[in-house]
Amino acid sequence: MSATIQNISLSGHKKQVSNKEMTFLERMYLMAIFKGLWITIKHFFRKKATIHYPEQVREFSPVYRGQHMLKRDEQGRENCTACGLCALSCPAEAITMKAAERKKGEEHLYREEKYAEIYEINMLRCIFCGLCEEACPKDAIYLTISKELVPASYEREDFIFGKDKLVMPMEMALANTKKLN
Amino acid sequence: MDSAFIIEKSVFIVVIFAVTMIMAMYSTWAERKVAAYLQDRVGPNRAGWGGLLQPLADGMKLFAKEEFEPDTKNKFLFFLGPAIAMSAALMTSAVIPWGDKLEIFGRTIQLQATDTDSALLYIFAVVSIGVYGIMIGGWASNNKFSLMGAVRAASQMVSYEVAMGLSMIALLMMTGTLSLKEISAQQHGLHWNVFYQPLSFLIFLICAFAETNRTPFDLAECESELIGGYHTEYSSMKMGFYLFAEYANMFISSTIIAVLFFGGYNYPGMGWAVEHWGVNIANVIGIAALFAKLCFFIFFFMWIRWTIPRFRYDQLMNLGWKILIPLSIVNIMIVGIVLLRSEIFAFFGFK
Repeated sequence: MSATIQNISLSGHKKQVSNKEMTFLERMYLMAIFKGLWITIKHFFRKKATIHYPEQVREFSPVYRGQHMLKRDEQGRENCTACGLCALSCPAEAITMKAAERKKGEEHLYREEKYAEIYEINMLRCIFCGLCEEACPKDAIYLTISKELVPASYEREDFIFGKDKLVMPMEMALANTKKLN
Repeated sequence: MDSAFIIEKSVFIVVIFAVTMIMAMYSTWAERKVAAYLQDRVGPNRAGWGGLLQPLADGMKLFAKEEFEPDTKNKFLFFLGPAIAMSAALMTSAVIPWGDKLEIFGRTIQLQATDTDSALLYIFAVVSIGVYGIMIGGWASNNKFSLMGAVRAASQMVSYEVAMGLSMIALLMMTGTLSLKEISAQQHGLHWNVFYQPLSFLIFLICAFAETNRTPFDLAECESELIGGYHTEYSSMKMGFYLFAEYANMFISSTIIAVLFFGGYNYPGMGWAVEHWGVNIANVIGIAALFAKLCFFIFFFMWIRWTIPRFRYDQLMNLGWKILIPLSIVNIMIVGIVLLRSEIFAFFGFK
């Protein structure tokens, strides 16, 4: 048979259907049932695909965007200078902040002379697009390093995350520094 | 009839009742587990170890649910449906021999609630009452889907009961008795009826699936077309009774298959065990053997459920009337010829 447009198999799955009469054995269906039983019992002993969630957690992809984190530098100082570019870039208008001037004696806390006194992200508004991360000129905000999901809650107020939840913990910053050296 | 006899029987009946209930309860758990395992999942695993407390949680939930009743004139029938389904499912266990006998405190205890000569007939009678539970419930629900389910269940059960009865007749011609105790005793050793009557067994098995309303014959409650069939309008524990009755029926059917065709409590080497280990130990093993067999059949019911899709209604009727009934009549003839072979040979002058 020559390959015409009628009989060519573009997907490679094309199967010729036949309407031939079934033989007596085929019409009893018993063999087909036993074949089916064999297939299902093989699945019975197969390794299960389930991940037991709270006990086992599937590994995050390296580019996974989860809960935001405000980074500290290698000396443990906050990177953020409260320029407001993240808030400006945010399509969901989830970020608010209030800037403050660094006082004398606070140099070990904040890297720049200006810092964010209040930095809040409304996680109900956030769409985790990562534009804040792209906009930040100071490498301050990241969605990929917390490796955490924003947890569920019953109150709307609980979803407004302040600096207490967003700033990188000091131990993590120190550990990162140690890794660098 | 002394008082000890009455106490013995009452205790035995309570134990059987409890075991049936527990088996039905854990069949629901097993169903979910088996379904999950056959589909590469793990199934319920939160309530207790391996989800073993799941049936209790389900039962609690059903008890706590709101009891909804449709606006129907037949309040009494609506209540009667699940009651009949449940009691019919539990009544069958009365004549099943769970073991041979135990000797406790010098008394010989028969491991059977009652040994009647017509045990098999009694089972058929009670099982066919079960369809009234579905019919009455479906009728009283005042709902088209329920009525459809009830009509399907009724016609399905009636047609499959004929084939089931005919397959039993072939077995009865061989055993010569209706008493389940004697049928069990005849299968001592490895003389299981399934080796002598494979065709009867196959017909009986298919009919058992139809009688218990299990896939591939669960047209009475098929979710995809009839929502829930006859129990669409039921809620709370009435619904629970219907579901429970289905699992109790499955348990009883598996037991009957095990007793009739797979030797009941008999296991290879039982005679040796009675001689060397005593009657009690041998019979406890016998009870365990019976339970192993019936658990396999319960598993088989579930295994089939997740393998074979549901029949179409006309296919179901075709299979029942045009295939199974003629087949069982042919089976009766073959058994008759084999049983009377010497007479037939004599008639034709052979030796």
